[in-house]
Amino acid sequence: MTEKKIRVLIAKPGLDGHDRGAKVVARALRDDGMEVIYTGLRQTPEMISEAALQEDVDVIGLSILSGAHNALVPQVIRKVRENGQTDVIIFVGGIIPEADIQGLLDKGVFRIYGPGTDTHLVSKEIREAVKAVSQVD
Amino acid sequence: MALINDLRKGSRFALSRVLSQVENNTPAGLQALDELFPFTGKAHKIGITGPPGSGKSTLVNALTKQLRLHDREPRVAVIAVDPTSPFSGGAILGDRVRMLELQNDRGIFIRSMASRGALGGLSSQTEALSQVFDAAGFDFVLIETVGAGQSEVDIVNLAHTTIVVDVPGLGDDIQSIKAGILEIADILVVNKADRPGADQSRRYLKAMIEMGFRPLASSAGKHRMAPALQKDETETIGEQEALWLPPVLKTIASQFEGIEQLVTEILNHQHFLKSTGRWKQKETWTLREIVRKRIAGTLERDFFQQLPAEVFEAQMEALIARKVSPTTAVKNLLTYNQKSSKPQLSE
Repeated sequence: MTEKKIRVLIAKPGLDGHDRGAKVVARALRDDGMEVIYTGLRQTPEMISEAALQEDVDVIGLSILSGAHNALVPQVIRKVRENGQTDVIIFVGGIIPEADIQGLLDKGVFRIYGPGTDTHLVSKEIREAVKAVSQVD
Repeated sequence: MALINDLRKGSRFALSRVLSQVENNTPAGLQALDELFPFTGKAHKIGITGPPGSGKSTLVNALTKQLRLHDREPRVAVIAVDPTSPFSGGAILGDRVRMLELQNDRGIFIRSMASRGALGGLSSQTEALSQVFDAAGFDFVLIETVGAGQSEVDIVNLAHTTIVVDVPGLGDDIQSIKAGILEIADILVVNKADRPGADQSRRYLKAMIEMGFRPLASSAGKHRMAPALQKDETETIGEQEALWLPPVLKTIASQFEGIEQLVTEILNHQHFLKSTGRWKQKETWTLREIVRKRIAGTLERDFFQQLPAEVFEAQMEALIARKVSPTTAVKNLLTYNQKSSKPQLSE
């Protein structure tokens, strides 16, 4: 039997139109052996939670550059949890001001990766986090 | 199993979890397939294949929307397969990017799948996933293959209707008479038909098809069987002589052009299959393939489970040193299997 693949949804909620960072992370996770579902730009929280449900992902990565993170991220988390996906790990990338970081972490974000983060660190931490969750069930 | 009950009651969460279990071939997944099997056999499975960039995902998007417009509001599942990297084992599954419009319709369920090393254009579990959707009550299951070249034809073992998507300018009339992907089409689509050369591509494809149907095509005017079937009494056409001449359609999927006609042809084909006994024939074929593959897989797994790793490695070393040929190595290993009580190998 093959080992279980980690499935990750990479999504860009909101209206900013730059997805380079999202694509770099998607590519890095692919190169680390994960299956990355990429959904493109301008997603609503409903679209993201619906895609996460249909794809049964272990991880959601949200890339936000627009400054709307405090509105969008908690909505995504709430909708994903409402769908019954209580153990999905949600991380955020993009431009998040220092002052907002703790608030997002308190709302259930796993990590926030700013520009310049080593992508190996991202994939390593995600892998460990997924392992920790799946050992629980 | 509670998950199965929830799935049958329409829980999308349960459906999604079961799909994962089946995709990962876990014991729970195998049990789920067993429990769901009695409820399968109703969905119309439609394969969409063609070269990378020909617009398969965009066509699936348009097709799904059009199918949903039908009076009976059929539920539509989409399985979109993308390739797994042979180096990292990872994959980028990007087909959903073209299907964002479908996201808010609860009568649609899209699942992306990585090919996980399978080479025929699908993953080894694609068929099993289509069974889960079938049992979950979806009327249509659309299966989009990885970008296919000339020999990724596994879809034909699984789909009732295979749509091959081509684009203008991909080759001349010799390309179109080669064996392989074009041969498996029940419906041919020249997508991106606003590009130069669309009519020429369509002509090549039509010529190829008619070459294979010469005797039938001579009965001019009536050589498209499906519309004829709908008009006439279907019983008068016996199984032997009933032939389906694949239509060649032009579409511009991104602008929704030609999609209505495509749906009409899909329904024509469904009617043709059902009224001629071909539907049952295809099901029999698919099930036969499933059982054959299961047997092969089970025998392989059982064989390697009882074979000590060092016995295998010893044969590999002898093989690399050119002391035995691959044929002899296989014979030795298989003999070991049969007399597993005996630890010695015959030299």
